[in-house]
Amino acid sequence: MTAPTGTTGRPLLTEQGETYAGILGIGAYRPKRLVPNAEIVDAIDSSDEWIQQRSGIKTRRFADDSETVVAMSVAASRDALAAAGVDPRQVDCVILATVSHLLQTPSAATAVAHELGTDQAAAFDISAACAGFCHAVALGADLVRGGSARHVLVIGVERLSDITSPTDRGTAFIFADGAGAAVIGPSDTPAIGPVVWGSDGEPKQYDLIRQREDWRDVLVADEPVMPHLTMQGNEVFRWASFSMAKVALQALDRAGVTVDELDCFVPHQANNRITDAMARAMKLPPHVRIARDIVDSGNTSAASIPLALERMIRDGEAKSGDVALLIAFGAGLSYAAQVVTIP
Amino acid sequence: MSTEEIRAALADIVNEVAGVDADDVQLDKSFVDDLDVDSLSMVEVVVEAEEKFGVTIPDDQVKNLKTVGDAVAYIERASSAA
Repeated sequence: MTAPTGTTGRPLLTEQGETYAGILGIGAYRPKRLVPNAEIVDAIDSSDEWIQQRSGIKTRRFADDSETVVAMSVAASRDALAAAGVDPRQVDCVILATVSHLLQTPSAATAVAHELGTDQAAAFDISAACAGFCHAVALGADLVRGGSARHVLVIGVERLSDITSPTDRGTAFIFADGAGAAVIGPSDTPAIGPVVWGSDGEPKQYDLIRQREDWRDVLVADEPVMPHLTMQGNEVFRWASFSMAKVALQALDRAGVTVDELDCFVPHQANNRITDAMARAMKLPPHVRIARDIVDSGNTSAASIPLALERMIRDGEAKSGDVALLIAFGAGLSYAAQVVTIP
Repeated sequence: MSTEEIRAALADIVNEVAGVDADDVQLDKSFVDDLDVDSLSMVEVVVEAEEKFGVTIPDDQVKNLKTVGDAVAYIERASSAA
């Protein structure tokens, strides 16, 4: 009788990934209802002029009951897949970034993967607030290069109107709704640069942008109200404008791109004043086209960068082959930046 | 640096950030009421001043800097303490 022999020490088979990854297509879904500042001002005792001066925002879009997180994601994804020329059955993984899918489980991504008609693609949500899309792009690129997936659909989607108090002077005029998506897949050349990312969960920073109360506290209150987002604007402005300008420059450096070689700057559409301050701190030359989608989309958190990219491509401000710097930052605090080539 | 040198350097920063004529940035001027520098621009001025003068101006101190003179005095105190 022969004793069974184990396999201790035997190397396993492994994946062989793509050499390079790139964004193959971008898509967007903008909710139908346009909400001008005039609709916002009374509840916060403000004015159209003050909101524009403070943020650059003129209008934003709020989703209706039919424009759910899943529905908006599916629409943006179809747009991105069409732009990329990729069939849903080729998608191996769906990564959905959001903080406003109010059903805790299951993830929104699995429903999106099903509705799109993927072949039971892997699907999961990530929570990195306004930085979510750039986190998802970093993950997607690594999945393609690592061999776990050949095509990854990354989505940033929010219905922030559900979790924003209309009477909060610090946030009511800022936050809005929408969805953007990108297809990441194999590329002949390096088209997604190294990610520069990180977090600062030190208690003071952790509280700068947050859901005000824990759900458990809300549910035992005498009059339960939706736990809304709060933001300490000036502190966030300081962090975003200056610390994030340094991160953005690091991402350029890691990709081997100088500010003079940059074509497009696409920061998270947090506030036009932050965008202005970052551009000044980075000393961006005047030829760099800067995303300004916030003016009529508001701050859509995880959705803002793909929405802004889609707009720039549609308007001819970003052309195929252009080099674009993406940087997203928000609650956590968390941030991620990378240089990409426009598909 | 003398008080006047600090004022002049601060005036250049206010000019760069908020487009205010540097000659208007005098010690008795209020940032908000006279120079139309709002709270976000003030944050930018403070961060630029921190780099320029090598001092730290915490967020909770910024609201006390109502006039150009307040800011110059704060920078003088902070730099002599350093």
